[in-house]
Amino acid sequence: MASLPPKHPVQQGTADAAGGADAHHHPPKGLLRWVLTTNHKEIGTLYLLFSLLMFLIGGVFALVIRAELFQPGLQLVQPEFFNQMTTMHGLIMVFGAVMPAFVGLANWMVPLQIGAPDMALPRLNNFSFWLLPVAFTLLLSTLFMPGGAPNFGWTFYAPLSTTYAPPSTTFFILSLHIAGISSILGAINIIATILNLRAPGMRMMDMTLFVWTWLITAFLLIAVMPVLAGVVTMMLMDINFGTSFFNAGGGGDPVMFQHLFWFFGHPEVYIMILPAFGIVSVIIPTFARKPLFGYASMVYATASIAILSFMVWAHHMFVVGLPLVAELFFMYSTMLIAVPTGVKVFNWVATLFRGSISYEPAMLFAIAFVILFTIGGFSGLMLAISPADFQYHDTYFVVAHFHYVLVPGAIFSIMAAVYYWLPKWTGHYPHLRLSQWHFWLSVIGVNLTFFPMHFSGLAGMPRRIPDYSLQFADFNMVSSIGAFMFGLSQLLFVVIVFMCARGGEKAPAKTWDGAVDLEWTVPSPAPLHTFETPPQYRPAEADH
Amino acid sequence: MSGSSYYVPTSSKWPIFGSLALGIMMAGTGTWLVHGPVGTPVMLIGLVAILAVMGFWFRDVIRESMAGRNDAQMDRSYRWGMGWFIFSEVMFFAAFFGALFYVRNLALPWLDGDGAKGVAALLWPDFTASWPLLNPPDTSIKGPEHVLDPWQLPLLNTVLLVSSSITLTIAHDGLKKGARSRAKLWLLITVLLGATFVCVQGYEYYEAYHHLGLTLQAGIYGSTFFMLTGFHGLHVIIGTIILATMLVRVLRGHFSAEHHFGFEAAAWYWHFVDVVWIGLFLFVYVL
Repeated sequence: MASLPPKHPVQQGTADAAGGADAHHHPPKGLLRWVLTTNHKEIGTLYLLFSLLMFLIGGVFALVIRAELFQPGLQLVQPEFFNQMTTMHGLIMVFGAVMPAFVGLANWMVPLQIGAPDMALPRLNNFSFWLLPVAFTLLLSTLFMPGGAPNFGWTFYAPLSTTYAPPSTTFFILSLHIAGISSILGAINIIATILNLRAPGMRMMDMTLFVWTWLITAFLLIAVMPVLAGVVTMMLMDINFGTSFFNAGGGGDPVMFQHLFWFFGHPEVYIMILPAFGIVSVIIPTFARKPLFGYASMVYATASIAILSFMVWAHHMFVVGLPLVAELFFMYSTMLIAVPTGVKVFNWVATLFRGSISYEPAMLFAIAFVILFTIGGFSGLMLAISPADFQYHDTYFVVAHFHYVLVPGAIFSIMAAVYYWLPKWTGHYPHLRLSQWHFWLSVIGVNLTFFPMHFSGLAGMPRRIPDYSLQFADFNMVSSIGAFMFGLSQLLFVVIVFMCARGGEKAPAKTWDGAVDLEWTVPSPAPLHTFETPPQYRPAEADH
Repeated sequence: MSGSSYYVPTSSKWPIFGSLALGIMMAGTGTWLVHGPVGTPVMLIGLVAILAVMGFWFRDVIRESMAGRNDAQMDRSYRWGMGWFIFSEVMFFAAFFGALFYVRNLALPWLDGDGAKGVAALLWPDFTASWPLLNPPDTSIKGPEHVLDPWQLPLLNTVLLVSSSITLTIAHDGLKKGARSRAKLWLLITVLLGATFVCVQGYEYYEAYHHLGLTLQAGIYGSTFFMLTGFHGLHVIIGTIILATMLVRVLRGHFSAEHHFGFEAAAWYWHFVDVVWIGLFLFVYVL
């Protein structure tokens, strides 16, 4: 880097160049272009492809679990390996699939939606991405280590994860450190971009909900990922250097692990759902051809959820032996979250009310999100009732609850986002008929998988156990059939995405009839560099 | 907002090298901890590689700044970036402070039989809670014999670190007013104060290990004491290196009276480290 790179020449794409593939730059080809890139669109693509790969790997782990649970008794895998699969499935899906997918979407769309030329700190952006393959190579390598991979569940409670853990736990901790650094740096970049790079004239309350929710999510990430780093560091020290953080014999407390973990863990679940709220709040107005109902209340509701998320963590620990006052406090604070979440669901429904609705694939996924996420929200409200939770705790009811908010919640919103923005990324519409097949197979598969878990859970089937009592056999068989249906139909998704990248019906700059945000003013596919001269933002033009 | 053309650097090789170096260091660290010394050289290679990458990366940033690439908007990006980075550091320390408060105010009294449930007290019926915890519940874990007197070395360290924040502010003031020789002198004094702090802390650790029986293994008191002061000490070392780098830059004629965010970022970091120390002095040593 002896000489400085020149500034990019100013070349602003306009809506007139709609569908103009000729507006596309021709950057240096080859692998190195992707490795060294500082471009937010290329890094966004890398994030999304990485997330897709992790989604498939985590999905295979899930199918191992469901295959074993297809019938009672032990058929396919040893209990020890089953435990590794539940653990790795959770870790890969949370840290490898959902979070990077949202960061990838933020990379692509936040600069486009605020009229910025790129992310605020482009090299740091590249660093944030390339830490992830390193972290997950290290994490996946634990599967081949003596003693096997981590086997204590994705929540890695001490002392299972310290005193009784396999040796590979140290590698797991270090890989989580790398993934955490990636998240923190990525979040810093997103905040700096949103606060500093908005187009002239764009106020905070002019930003799309996707940008707003990501701003708040980034704040949550910076607040809690360091706490995760702290708690895994304490584990590392307990395992390798004889400290007593989670050892009552030395004056520490294993329950303290749970407090520290869930202080991270509960905001973490909102990290995985707030961007989903943003996506759905952008998609529904487009296909209902109406402005979002209650824009300001959406913003305040998101902020309220984020603030409340720091005050509810111990609802994951109702049966651990908390003082009564803590049981009550965390029960009521958790129920409070239903208020801002209810505001959101109300606003989505009100946006749909008397709209001119069309059911493009993105809209199908968004509507399924609203309905199915709400089911997950209601089961969450049931779990929040501390005395009732004594019955539900650690059963499949909990599994049903958090999979309803994460699969038809977070994952469906990511699917919706991909169908919504693929034309902007590739210049082509995704194949309509196949997309519809993908949607219906997914939505049926997901409900077949997770709805019966409510019943098996309420009847008392414990989670994370490779065998079960005979009375749960029918529910589990249905769940397993649904899981394979859902899993295999995601291969269709991969096919659709790659077909769309190669060709298909050409998409204009303003791809969707009712789309109003700034990204629809640049050509499809978006040229490598957009908004190098910031556009003058006029709120009237993109009125909320 | 505004700015006609925000500077977007073209491709850079430092991020990928940095990622790989961090991966090598972590793989080496894990191997060292699990399989023994065979991992140590790998860990050290990774560490050296990370430091080298940081050096080259910052060199690029400094060159861009010197070449006038960074307009006011770029400057704001760096400010937001540094500010939120420090906030993440605050939360990292908050986890360890949280552990300290939880153990002192809840976990130990419960082990002693406090609280409505009282089951934890059944584990070690003879255990009596105290802080500093000299007698951990399990007698196979040996507690410290003594703890450090806050009004000796820790007080000295408090004086050193607080005055270093003051001297740094004098240096910054000098830079802003164009009095560069004043800036150089007071920045040098700040670096020396920081280095002295590290030496005193090292001596304190030596005392703790060899005369007080206060070790990392000495129950929860040793765990919280060494993790809190240790991570803080690491930050002082890093901060001192950063300030020393700033001193070299000032000596080489970098920074203008108006444009010196590198220096300011270093100062922010140093003040943050100072504030953490105040918390440590109060909650780890005195109270």
